[in-house]
Amino acid sequence: MAALRQIAFYGKGGIGKSTTSQNTLAALAEMGQKILIVGCDPKADSTRLILHAKAQDTVLSLAAEAGSVEDLEIEDVLKVGYRDIRCVESGGPEPGVGCAGRGVITSINFLEENGAYDGVDYVSYDVLGDVVCGGFAMPIRENKAQEIYIVMSGEMMAMYAANNISKGILKYANSGGVRLGGLVCNERQTDKELELAEALAGKLGTKLIHFVPRDNIVQHAELRRMTVIEYAPESKQAAEYRTLAEKVHNNAGNGTIPTPITMDELEDLLMDFGIMKKEDESVIGKTAAELAA
Amino acid sequence: MSLTVDENKALIEEVLKAYPEKTAKKRAKHLGTFEDGKPDCGVKSNIKSLPGVMTIRGCAYAGSKGVVWGPIKDMIHISHGPVGCGQYSWASRRNYYIGETGIDTFGTMQFTSDFQEKDIVFGGDKKLEKIIDEIEVLFPLNKGITVQSECPIGLIGDDIEAVSKKKAKEYVGKTIVPVRCEGFRGVSQSLGHHIANDAVRDWVFDKVDPNKNAFESTPYDVAIIGDYNIGGDAWSSRILLEEMGLRVIAQWSGDGTIAELENTPKAKLNVLHCYRSMNYISRHMEEKYGIPWVEYNFFGPTMIEKSLREIASHFDDTIKANTEKVIAKYRSMVDAVIAKYKSRLEGKKVMLFVGGLRPRHVIGAYEDLGMEVVGTGYEFGHNDDYQRTTHYVKDGTLIYDDVTGYEFEKFVEKVQPDLVGSGIKEKYVFQKMGVPFRQMHSWDYSGPYHGYDGFAIFARDMDMAINSPVWGLTKAPWKKAA
Repeated sequence: MAALRQIAFYGKGGIGKSTTSQNTLAALAEMGQKILIVGCDPKADSTRLILHAKAQDTVLSLAAEAGSVEDLEIEDVLKVGYRDIRCVESGGPEPGVGCAGRGVITSINFLEENGAYDGVDYVSYDVLGDVVCGGFAMPIRENKAQEIYIVMSGEMMAMYAANNISKGILKYANSGGVRLGGLVCNERQTDKELELAEALAGKLGTKLIHFVPRDNIVQHAELRRMTVIEYAPESKQAAEYRTLAEKVHNNAGNGTIPTPITMDELEDLLMDFGIMKKEDESVIGKTAAELAA
Repeated sequence: MSLTVDENKALIEEVLKAYPEKTAKKRAKHLGTFEDGKPDCGVKSNIKSLPGVMTIRGCAYAGSKGVVWGPIKDMIHISHGPVGCGQYSWASRRNYYIGETGIDTFGTMQFTSDFQEKDIVFGGDKKLEKIIDEIEVLFPLNKGITVQSECPIGLIGDDIEAVSKKKAKEYVGKTIVPVRCEGFRGVSQSLGHHIANDAVRDWVFDKVDPNKNAFESTPYDVAIIGDYNIGGDAWSSRILLEEMGLRVIAQWSGDGTIAELENTPKAKLNVLHCYRSMNYISRHMEEKYGIPWVEYNFFGPTMIEKSLREIASHFDDTIKANTEKVIAKYRSMVDAVIAKYKSRLEGKKVMLFVGGLRPRHVIGAYEDLGMEVVGTGYEFGHNDDYQRTTHYVKDGTLIYDDVTGYEFEKFVEKVQPDLVGSGIKEKYVFQKMGVPFRQMHSWDYSGPYHGYDGFAIFARDMDMAINSPVWGLTKAPWKKAA
């Protein structure tokens, strides 16, 4: 058996991280890989397409009930779904209380100590939004994930988040050996999206692993709590995810140390592509009515 | 004699040599010499301690729980967070009190929410509610509760204010005070004092019906502010004020109660001992209730006399006349103390490093015994403390703000004082150097040191430390021939 590969999907909230990661991992499972998914989002929705379930019992909710994580058994938190993909959700507090970041740290340590990683080829972490605090950087730290895949699109804020996540990776790249595996562009049909994504990848010192075109079939599958791979294996979109899975699989050891850029550089990039107009000082802070006058 | 200004400069320079350039540059601003006529001591203060040095400072939680709130004896103070902060500050600073511990007073008990992993992840508000409920069942005679925040409370954003309000309502007007004294706030315990003062303002003064307690005013009502009754300090101070004819309506906070805090806005004068930790609330009471405040110093007869007269000047002739009687009454006792100890202590040099008011306030007591303070510094003082210090120190006194373990050791090595007065962490370092030492945070398990009674004990203790025969018996084992 090949050495365990640990990867993580990061990206701006709502960008389609969980959908992209679950479809990719389902395709990897088709290729015969044994997979463990660790959801690191308090919403606990990183495994629903694999398990066909709304949400599974999370490590932290079970730990809170039992008293502490030490009182849990791995079987309590591990569910098996499509093509024997093992699924764990870290979970976390309801919005506005406690510390979800600490929860991620607690859960990952629990999983490692209790042998959840034994006998799998891939561990994949699905992490919420931006790298908001040390806890959510856990998969990046301490030699957890070796390669980070950033899901993004041609939208300004998604690119901003991708750059921010690169900063988080850079911070730990030398101490922990984590690398940026590449960008995955989840098409939003913005202007010159492919070119922009490739340009950003270049700036960040990485490559655009795959451009996933927009296809409504993804929504149809999601409504059935299924991956496209499972729902419509013969579809064009399923083939796209298989390609992405293939590329990820062959990308082992090819990760790079990212070279994040400044906010100004990012804006320059958008201007180069005509997405953003050169800053017109006269319009800043003016309401629509004022500008019309 | 203390060192000259130039000798001090050379000493400071020598000590700074051990540091990296950046550290030396920063520390240089905290070390200096008092020169006559200057408005302060020429040192910077209230700045973050540097990494790599051993500082003597504490944290905001220490300032609130350990200093200001902890001694309020009929309230229960919850150390809210993981167990260590409460555990290691258990039993307070020997803030003596009268009462049945565990029944109607709780000073030496420890209450903690003992945070576990799940409390961090899911938040601790529910646990706090439960603890308050349990306290109400187990200790029904408590008169109020404070929530002393440890670091994680601020990090995870628990809403302790909401819990306090909810429970205060549920227990019909009970005083429940959330204190945001997370240890990471500020540069020392000093901010904790300020936060604790503000909590009194916002959660006691502003919440209490002024007529809650039956209270009959007299023209002679004063409140003792900033005396923590360490070893009984507030008691030996209170009797002097009472002998003057004043009525002490509150003690902040040594042997104090929540009812006393609530009544304090009715005082005619606030007398303030520890300026550093309670000037905030004194200023507030002046602004809001028009209560004047006066600083005083009850260490040593010279300062006591001066302070008694200063306090009396705020009252009528009866009080003034009483004050002279009080001073006269204790004169013979003071003379006897000085007669007994001065000859044994005359000319002895002292170096101090303590917190709050002591780096300046105790100087007079040493001088009454013929001793000389040649170096002093504040753990967490601000510039206004160093300004006030100028009234006490002599030209050429070595000043060291937030001194590091290394600096202090070197200074003592060079200056060779006959006594060092500092804290428990410093005690054994200097005793092993063969230098007599008194622990001046909590009077080395002795006290009181305030008032005339305290002066007698102070004199005895200093003599005991300096003139103990033990110093003649210490021999370095490697110096066999000696």
